[in-house]
Amino acid sequence: MSAVEDYVARIEETCGEEKDYVVTFKYEKGNETVQRILKKAQMKKSISRIIFELTFGNVSFRLYGTGKAIFRNLKDKEELQKVLADLLL
Amino acid sequence: MLDPHRIREDFPIFKRKINNYPLIYFDNAATTQKPKQVIDAIKDFYENHNANVHRAVYTLSQESSELYENAHEEVAKFINADGMEEIIFVRGTTEAINLVAYAWGLHSLESENEVLVTLTEHHSNIVPWENLSKISRFQVKYADVNNDGTLNYESFENAISHKTKIVCLPHVSNVTGVINDVKRVAEIAHDYGSLILVDAAQSVPHLRVDVKDLDVDLLAFSGHKMLGPTGIGALYGKREILEEMEPFHGGGSMIKEVTFNTMTKRCSISLNDLPWKFEGGTPNICGGVGLMAAVKYLKDVGMENVKEHEKILTEYALRRMQEHEKIMIYGPKDASLKCGILPFNVEGLSSHDVALFLDSYGIMIRSGFHCAQPLHEMFKLKSTARASFYIYNTREEIDRFVTLLKEIE
Repeated sequence: MSAVEDYVARIEETCGEEKDYVVTFKYEKGNETVQRILKKAQMKKSISRIIFELTFGNVSFRLYGTGKAIFRNLKDKEELQKVLADLLL
Repeated sequence: MLDPHRIREDFPIFKRKINNYPLIYFDNAATTQKPKQVIDAIKDFYENHNANVHRAVYTLSQESSELYENAHEEVAKFINADGMEEIIFVRGTTEAINLVAYAWGLHSLESENEVLVTLTEHHSNIVPWENLSKISRFQVKYADVNNDGTLNYESFENAISHKTKIVCLPHVSNVTGVINDVKRVAEIAHDYGSLILVDAAQSVPHLRVDVKDLDVDLLAFSGHKMLGPTGIGALYGKREILEEMEPFHGGGSMIKEVTFNTMTKRCSISLNDLPWKFEGGTPNICGGVGLMAAVKYLKDVGMENVKEHEKILTEYALRRMQEHEKIMIYGPKDASLKCGILPFNVEGLSSHDVALFLDSYGIMIRSGFHCAQPLHEMFKLKSTARASFYIYNTREEIDRFVTLLKEIE
């Protein structure tokens, strides 16, 4: 059975007043990860098909075709883990 | 004049592509890339000269000691210090400031004293003093900055008094790039009988710094921000001040003798000469060798050329960025007042969004508080994006950066 860790290489809380999370997906699974997320999340906007402004439930985030994403306004890392699990598994 | 295209040939990393785009590295205020001359010096040290320094009689140790001492001498000459006795190698600027706080401050500061810092400070010049004040109970006072990030000299003069024992300020702000008038501050500090400690992490790599001309007492900088390796930096101190200071780290190398007294059942310690009295334990020998190579590289380029090149790039970037209404630039718009550091935001986007967007196109910039939260709070900014330039950056890179910023708008 797959887990969030199979897709996520690194999670970093941003520095600044906005406590956002930057998620770097595993390089070898980058394309698969992006496709999985795009299937489940709702697209609000895309720039050149490499940057996607998305929502998933109440969560808004931006996904990059390079295999990174920035999640905004989440309560904590636990909530992020839950969102990632819902998006990826 | 400096030719950045020629210089880039010395930096192997610029052969890399990031996300299939040529690497554009604009995070030089955080750390710089390394030329092959520095990489080769490190490789040569480990391949041909590696041994522990001092107190060994064999050939390799003699060579290693000579290289390490030469590195101190080279750094001393670079900032016009009076020889290697005034140069203590440390891990970087942060360790240098902590060394001053605990080797000097712990023994010199009492409850009636004050330490005067500024609101432009990097956390590394705030936290050691705030921490130490909990032990020694002195006051930490903050001089204001103006709306453009320049130091408010009036506020500074109002804040200093005969209670002030040390004044700490950055030579160049790591957020706005503003160059502070250190010579003026040093003169005022000395009039009040205070020492002056300068955080020169953002100036020594970019300007010609002359500690005698500035008349500073203590000055700290990091090797990795000036083409050298990480984990090595220097604290300059006037010899008479360093001689008065107590050592920070106790251990090997920093002592001449440790003798056991059979009567008292205690050891007595006699300290080593400068600078070794502050370099306890096996030092970062290879880091020193790498830093020496970096200093030689910068001397060959010429510090006046470094400054001029960054001024040209900064002027150009300021002009191009100001063409776009949605880009807000912070700090002075006059490039002659600053080094090549540009904090900015794009309307409607967080700094991290901007940094991730640019990363998709191979452009590396920093986002966040840049370890200077009080300054961001004063500016009422949640965070900023920051582009910072160095000798290998070009106008073409700035063109690409600005074009992409327009796209994200």
